[in-house]
Amino acid sequence: MAGKPKLHYFNGRGRMECIRWLLAAAGVEFEEKFMEKPEDLDKLRNDGSLMFQQVPMVEIDGMKLVQTRAILNYVATKYNLYGKDMKERALIDMYSEGVVDLGEMILLLPLCPPDQKDAKITQIKESTTNRYLPAFEKVLKSHGQDYLVGNKLSKADIHLVELLYYVEELDPSLLANFPLLKGLKTRVSNLPAVKKFLQPGSQRKPPMDEKGLEEAKRIFRIK
Amino acid sequence: MAAKPKLWYFHGRGRMESIRWLLAAAGVEFEEEFLETREQYEKLQKDGRLLFGQVPLVEIDGMELTQTRAILSYLAAKYNLHGKDPKETVRIDMYADGTLELMLMVALAAFKPPEEKEESLALVLKKAKTRYFPVFEKILKDHGEDFLVGNKFSWADIQLLEAILTVEELDASVLSDFPLLKEFKTRISNIPTIKKFLQPGSQRKPPPDSHYVEVVRNVLQF
Repeated sequence: MAGKPKLHYFNGRGRMECIRWLLAAAGVEFEEKFMEKPEDLDKLRNDGSLMFQQVPMVEIDGMKLVQTRAILNYVATKYNLYGKDMKERALIDMYSEGVVDLGEMILLLPLCPPDQKDAKITQIKESTTNRYLPAFEKVLKSHGQDYLVGNKLSKADIHLVELLYYVEELDPSLLANFPLLKGLKTRVSNLPAVKKFLQPGSQRKPPMDEKGLEEAKRIFRIK
Repeated sequence: MAAKPKLWYFHGRGRMESIRWLLAAAGVEFEEEFLETREQYEKLQKDGRLLFGQVPLVEIDGMELTQTRAILSYLAAKYNLHGKDPKETVRIDMYADGTLELMLMVALAAFKPPEEKEESLALVLKKAKTRYFPVFEKILKDHGEDFLVGNKFSWADIQLLEAILTVEELDASVLSDFPLLKEFKTRISNIPTIKKFLQPGSQRKPPPDSHYVEVVRNVLQF
């Protein structure tokens, strides 16, 4: 019997959260080992556990995987969330990468210098409503199905719904003109495994606050 | 009979170069349309061919694929360069993602003001020598095989060769501490399809110059 996957990261969303969402949505129980000080990161590095000296790192199936995309794609393949053939996978990848592009902007917002923050938020909102959400709404409209690809839940739906929660946190009105995306969000949120993950007490992480930001900066030695 | 894949991008490396490498290494002939004006770009967008309004765009097998990694993964799978099982695939992905990060830093450096550009490129060299190349040297040392994964030529090998050659353009001595990577470079460069791609007159693009930067800025308006 295989052990549970073990996630190595700090106790916050960062680049690990999408992996937590995917595992949770797949109904996979996982353990977490949180780095709390720079020495914890040093230890992982010195142990040779981090291929490119970076986290996220996930121990799964006897491997120590790094690189967020590589981890996500492995998990998606393992739990049948990656489409039925190469062409479906290409669409899933294309949509997932779009989510990553917008998600990255939101992820890095706490690191933005205070005097640039307002401009950055405006840019994010503009990209959200003019570039990304319309693209996904159009995909759903084009086939009228419940999920983005192949009429079946895939990693693309899970990543997108996670993103929609962050968009909502930024400004709920951003979702106003996207009825099909709202429908997808509700539908995926009601899947039993996702519903459970959305409850308080799950391994889902809250938005980063001042304290969390300070901790992350300390661990990663960011000035 | 399938049409050749068609690549839409600027006449330079940028985010498309890794795709050109993969196609060329796989022995796949491809066509290219070069973006030179804002009007061409706006037409692509208006025609709804760019899912997120961005290039690279690759027309292949009836699809209009954007997002560099999506395109690369599709090509790797199609041409049997993505490993024989999920464990091999994830290793290829990890190695390729690592080198892609390095390539992207080089590509973006071209658009920075001179001082920042120098800093960026110095950082690329540092990361290559201390973070990435040592890892690949060790992988080759540990298994003693000719290729990075599964004793078989894969996307990871193509990506690594591209990274080596790109970093060597910044510092020709960068492989001096990596004897196995030097052998790897020679070995992979001599694969017939790659050897052909490395000849003058191939579809391989030169390093970015000020003209390239100007065209991109003009087309993308930044």
